[in-house]
Amino acid sequence: MSANQHSLLLDRGNLRRRKRFNRAVEATSTVATVLAVAVLAIVVGSVLLKGVGALSWHFLTTPTALFGESGGGISNAIVGSAIIVGIAAAMAIPIGVLVAIYTTEFASPRIAHPVRFALDILNGVPTIITGIFVFGLLVEGNKQSAFAASVALAIVMLPIVARTAQEVLTLVPGSLKEAAKALGIARWRTTVRITIPTAAGGLITGALLAVARVAGETAPLILLSSIFGQGVLTKPGEALASIPIFIFQASESPKPEAHTEAWAAALVLIAFVLVLNIVARAFYARSRKRMGA
Amino acid sequence: MDARDSRRNQAMTEPNPDPQTNPQIGSETAGPTISVAAAESGRGRRPRAATGTVELQGLSAYYGSNHAVRGVDLSFDAEEVTAIIGPSGCGKSTMVRCINRMHEEVEGARAEGKVLLDGLDLYDPRIDIVAVRRAVGMVFQKPNPFPTMSVFDNVVSGLRLTGAARGEMDDRGREALVGAGLWDEVKDRLKSPGVGLSGGQQQRLCIARALAVEPEVLLMDEPCSALDPVATLKIEELIGELKERVTIVIVTHNMQQAARVADTTVFMLGGALVEVGPTDKLFTTPDDERTEQYVTGKFG
Repeated sequence: MSANQHSLLLDRGNLRRRKRFNRAVEATSTVATVLAVAVLAIVVGSVLLKGVGALSWHFLTTPTALFGESGGGISNAIVGSAIIVGIAAAMAIPIGVLVAIYTTEFASPRIAHPVRFALDILNGVPTIITGIFVFGLLVEGNKQSAFAASVALAIVMLPIVARTAQEVLTLVPGSLKEAAKALGIARWRTTVRITIPTAAGGLITGALLAVARVAGETAPLILLSSIFGQGVLTKPGEALASIPIFIFQASESPKPEAHTEAWAAALVLIAFVLVLNIVARAFYARSRKRMGA
Repeated sequence: MDARDSRRNQAMTEPNPDPQTNPQIGSETAGPTISVAAAESGRGRRPRAATGTVELQGLSAYYGSNHAVRGVDLSFDAEEVTAIIGPSGCGKSTMVRCINRMHEEVEGARAEGKVLLDGLDLYDPRIDIVAVRRAVGMVFQKPNPFPTMSVFDNVVSGLRLTGAARGEMDDRGREALVGAGLWDEVKDRLKSPGVGLSGGQQQRLCIARALAVEPEVLLMDEPCSALDPVATLKIEELIGELKERVTIVIVTHNMQQAARVADTTVFMLGGALVEVGPTDKLFTTPDDERTEQYVTGKFG
């Protein structure tokens, strides 16, 4: 072996430069990651710090005080949000799952692709536009109602539920459907008793993520359910209080206590969203494990 | 009428094919073959040997324009194991999938010709395709128990999801597990998830699941290729026991396996049937030169 054959292995002078460049890229990407995570930490942290002062059992169980008084809470907002989001979910989740079943099991690719595209576009429609649309449909000439707000939120939820459901349903191994077919099980039965249960974890994930997303949607609520009476109301035909509206109105108040209450309500909301996200991911992980088995 | 005969009668979508009560059978309104089956069915359980014969007549299968199976004429006898061997891509799996009409489920796939089960053409337009698959069962290469179901629920899934009665399901499930040689191993864990079993056990579970529906024919598409040798041996022994209950057709790329389990062996090449005969003969003194080249390992 002569020195010539090894010459290719020798450092031509740029090795040090390359190493430095590698380290620079690594450092930059680390910083970017830290920043991103830090933003979340800062947001959650500041909501926590600013809101915890007003957070108490009393706060959570008392309805909002009458105009000008203090010492109220957000119980009516919590109940109202729960009803509005609950009705929206009851509408959006079954329809979303059915749409996903249609596009993955029954539709030809020629139909499935435009449907998926349409859902993606629907997903990108600004919620204020959805709000105006439902306003024109249900509130104009009538009155505001929680039901109208639910309809708007359901429209926002639908593409989220449908897309995640689609992804999860396509992950169900074809071998299972083949096995069912080979046993002489009818197609719809296969879908209902085998495909859906197998994908159940992922379907729940999609539903929870959609709920987490719309729990804080404010624009439709401003248009459709912002004028409400006092006390804890529950009739969906009437406009109901909601947490986003409470935050909105309390933050516009001149009193500093109201601002703290707004932060506290924001804390409640963000806690709810975080918990839902964590639970949703847990379901998803379980579902992936099951299908990989 | 036993389960199979009633099922075959249901397979024809026209009403009441039993000639004893419907005088129109035997005339041009019914296929001539159903009347043979129906005529004998009324007289109690017919001897097993007569059921489960499969005959392929001019069977051709296509994937779009790809002619995967070319005009095959072949018959599989009852109480026998027939192995289909041949190099990769020769059309053995495709041909076998035509027998339970799974082939046409693929987009763009179609089949021509006839597949007769005890004389009844399964490709007759009046036939209920779902019922065909209860008469002709299939076990796949990779075990595929349903992950959301327990061991027992897996076994009876073919029954439950086609509307059988509760008590009947329990009995037939147990019988199927015994028949698949799995009962002793799982009798204490019938409620545990089906996917928790070992690979070999899962495959026997799939066999039990297929048997629970009481098919007349069992198609096995390389059932042992994903298993270790010990599990393979267990399943080969099982095949030997099962052949008295169901006609077995096994696709295998393993010639030694064919030699071990099969009574008759079929050699296919390029979509066409090259030779069929008793296993011993095919492997020792085959008629066709291509068969000899394949079994001696000169290609494939």
